[in-house]
Amino acid sequence: MLCDICGAKEATVHLTEIINDQVTKLNLCEECAKEKGTEMEEHFGLSDLLAGLSDMGATIEPEAVAAVKCPNCGFSYQDFRKTGRLGCSECYEVFKKQLTPLLKRIHGSDRHIGKIPLKIGKTPKDLITLQELRMGMEKAIQMEEFEEAARLRDKIRELEKKGKGDA
Amino acid sequence: MKLDDLLQQDSEWVKGTGPNSNIVMSSRTRLARNLDKFPFSNWANKKQLAEILAIVEGAVRSTNFLKNSLLLKIKDLSEVDRLFLVERHLMSLDHTKNPEYKALVIDPKEVVSVMINEEDHLRIQVLQSGFNLMEAWRIIDEIDTELSKHLTYGYSARWGYLTACPTNTGTALRGSVMLHLPALVFTGQTGKVLQATAKLGLNVRGLYGEGTEASGNFFQVSNQASMGRPEVDIIDNIERIINQIISREETTQKALLGKNKEAVVDRVWRAYGTLKSAHIITSNETIALLSTIRLGVDLGIVKNLDKMLVNELLILTQPAHLQKLEGKLLSANERDVKRADLIREKLK
Repeated sequence: MLCDICGAKEATVHLTEIINDQVTKLNLCEECAKEKGTEMEEHFGLSDLLAGLSDMGATIEPEAVAAVKCPNCGFSYQDFRKTGRLGCSECYEVFKKQLTPLLKRIHGSDRHIGKIPLKIGKTPKDLITLQELRMGMEKAIQMEEFEEAARLRDKIRELEKKGKGDA
Repeated sequence: MKLDDLLQQDSEWVKGTGPNSNIVMSSRTRLARNLDKFPFSNWANKKQLAEILAIVEGAVRSTNFLKNSLLLKIKDLSEVDRLFLVERHLMSLDHTKNPEYKALVIDPKEVVSVMINEEDHLRIQVLQSGFNLMEAWRIIDEIDTELSKHLTYGYSARWGYLTACPTNTGTALRGSVMLHLPALVFTGQTGKVLQATAKLGLNVRGLYGEGTEASGNFFQVSNQASMGRPEVDIIDNIERIINQIISREETTQKALLGKNKEAVVDRVWRAYGTLKSAHIITSNETIALLSTIRLGVDLGIVKNLDKMLVNELLILTQPAHLQKLEGKLLSANERDVKRADLIREKLK
């Protein structure tokens, strides 16, 4: 069987494409498949899905949001919509409003519980306390000790305020 | 140590040792890390990329774990060598693209690898043979801690480790296991089992081929969410679910031997016969047949064949490995012939 695209070489790759509910079968040689392959990857990816989710819960006019740029790396929200990726670690703070509902949607949670790196710019002691409190709260909820959970929640909020929202 | 030395050794996932290695081929953990304030690799300019590479390289060289490792600049590698590393599960296919300023660190045993300047500045990976996910976590945790003595990571107390893609934020941990589920596929139960798995927050994909039409009955299962629970909980959750899939596969294998013994035995020996006599064979057909033989070995149908040889053939028959063994570039048709030669030789 010869390649459907170049018609010259032997077809060794067999692709099934679904476009507008139409199933198309393609028989391609290695070179043409490679070209076709990169083209196909670009058709649809994770970034398209993320872009769809990313405007959820946005309270500001989308056009104005899209133009906002990260002062550290110059990445705009528009860029995020296009690529589904962020520009640098600082972007998280800049696009916090848009990212919070998105992260919740992806992970079912928008709070990190887990490892803390050895070196961080902020005061590690507060961070560690905060983590311990969060873990304690999770445990209390699991054990159905709701009064304890509420007490811990208030303490967490207090500490988070102190960290000016970064925490 | 040189890249070509790898060809002479069995990578971790080929060994076929470790707990439940009849069904779980390998366990893998991956952590994504980024340097604080530096643009992520896809957004950084050349100067920044070079700087990131130099900083990470310096950190790697200062750790006990990785000081004897092989550091490869992707741009210096041939196309075949790059694919060879992908086939060995040491790096992603994405890492072969735009190779300037990208590097790969591999420890001599192929247990640890670090991709530098992939989507994130660091992608640390630990591979273990068999069902050993918690051990893979323990090792990666230790390496990450050691590296972090020399690096300041992008991190927020609220969101944890900050990654290029929000789907990895938080712990930035992905735990995955490679499963071989021939009996579930044979009896048409995979759809049901894997659907249930997906509902419990795990991703399932075919290892070779696309979606659930995985060729050769190999599946990769990993956690979807990386934020909201501690690392150990994420790993524990995967282990619990995988344990159930394992026992389902085992029960089905036993049932197959009871009810459909002739059909299974027939299939296994036909697969063996084809592999022993074929003179032209594609990669996909090879994977499917080797998978059937692997089941035959596990069920005691094929007696004088080492499972490790089956695993070894799974990797050696892939395109880049064949070309490395031959020492030259081969067209797809030439590979199909060489592949058949190699299999006949090994199964003699």
